[in-house]
Amino acid sequence: MNLQNIFSEIEKVDPEVYDRFDTRRKAMKQFANLSGKLALAAVPMAVASMFSKAYGQTPADVNGVLNFALTLEELEAQFYVNIVGSAGFLTGSTTVRNALTKIKDDEVAHVALLRTVLGGAAVAKPNFDFSGGNGTGTGPFAGYLASLDTQLAMAQTFEDTGVRAYKGQATNLQSNRVALTTALQIHSVEARHAAYIRQLRRTRSAAIPAGQTLKPWITLNQTGIDFGATANAAIQLSYNGEEVTSQANVNIVNLGGSFNDAVAASAGFDETLTRTQVETIVDIFIVP
Amino acid sequence: MSKMISSKDGIVLPSASNVPNVSRRKFLSYAGAAASLAMVAVACDKDDDDNNSSAGVNLGSGDVGILNYAYALEQLEAAFYERVVSSFYTGVTSLEREYLTDIRNHEVGHREFFKAAITAAAPTMIIPALEVNFTSIDFTSRASVLGTAKAFEDLGVTAYNGAGQLISTTGNGPTYLTLAGKIVSVEARHAALIAELLQEGSFSNTTNASGLDMARTPAQVLNIAAPFITTRINASNLPS
Repeated sequence: MNLQNIFSEIEKVDPEVYDRFDTRRKAMKQFANLSGKLALAAVPMAVASMFSKAYGQTPADVNGVLNFALTLEELEAQFYVNIVGSAGFLTGSTTVRNALTKIKDDEVAHVALLRTVLGGAAVAKPNFDFSGGNGTGTGPFAGYLASLDTQLAMAQTFEDTGVRAYKGQATNLQSNRVALTTALQIHSVEARHAAYIRQLRRTRSAAIPAGQTLKPWITLNQTGIDFGATANAAIQLSYNGEEVTSQANVNIVNLGGSFNDAVAASAGFDETLTRTQVETIVDIFIVP
Repeated sequence: MSKMISSKDGIVLPSASNVPNVSRRKFLSYAGAAASLAMVAVACDKDDDDNNSSAGVNLGSGDVGILNYAYALEQLEAAFYERVVSSFYTGVTSLEREYLTDIRNHEVGHREFFKAAITAAAPTMIIPALEVNFTSIDFTSRASVLGTAKAFEDLGVTAYNGAGQLISTTGNGPTYLTLAGKIVSVEARHAALIAELLQEGSFSNTTNASGLDMARTPAQVLNIAAPFITTRINASNLPS
């Protein structure tokens, strides 16, 4: 990612970006002075500094949110990097393998973007335990590399959790319009991934609990995943709270027609998760 | 195909780049319809300049303006799917029926939610029901219906992505931002599913090199939607 790309990305969401930099001459001048002297490796840090100056605010809170997002993206990116090419992955059709590779590419790009924006403020990448064993390597998903259906169940949970995590942080990014818009632009892509994985899992009909119909959207607080009691309990945390049928004191059930039952009313709106809730969910995948 | 742009301000139609592998003929059957409608819209503008009879529906300003903007888009989507579900296209599968009916339910829910929420927050400022124009859509054709559905869903995603930063940081602003977030991810789920029905593996082909969906301004979005909405919409007081 080069600087020009970053600015052209920013310009798409903030057409006045160049004016902002221009009117804040001090930031601009400082950056110009710095950029001539800095080694290439230090440029991201200078960019981060320029961001905060151009937008006139302390980036501490925003950086905290972006680092939270970065850790989630690292989790997703490493997961897809691990599975692409694995024995389980190779049992999938060409279409499925291409789709999972595209998702991997999206997640790797998200990591790169967030690392560039955060620069020196970026947190280190954790070590992951994709068995879900909190570092023991013996968690309920220990055999994931050999099973495409296990990989898809995990992917669904990661993507749906990611959607809820970004959604929950939107209001914490409102002070920085560029950061907010970028987060929203990632958020909708995570939802696309989730929908793809969910419709694929339905066609494969594997590890779906009896009595549940898996849809591209989340119905009530159903996980659509059955992987044994230990795994199910962990996965359920990603879906609790999705069953609500009322938004801003408006009851969605039967609104505008009797066909909007509780399932449709819950599915038409995705819900947020707090940072603490998300950290609890992903904890089993992170080596302490 | 990415050169298919509307003649007014160079906005790429969302359907244009998202169905790269359908046959050219099929593609033109729905993408072409959208393009010709954009030209109709230009012609209509001229007519309106001539008689200058109506300033159109004003979305208003501030957060209520943004809510009205979302309400307008949800009206368009809901009306489209109501029509789709009332008489499905030729050759529809049972799974497609199920998914399109679900989407109809969600979009009607969104529309009615905004109607109720705006009525509660600012009863004098809610926009009326909009008149839609679906004459370009062949509702008997799978390619036309799903192509239009994808265009609407992708447009909706870019609209919400672009509007988030226009919502205020005070009062009910943060609540509205979260609500917009709750809806946009469902629109993205719709978009991905429709994309899969059209072309397997195309669920996230809207992303750029950084893995981001687009964000569009209200002016860009309304310009793209204009051929499908007869009612003139005045968005000039929206926050920027």
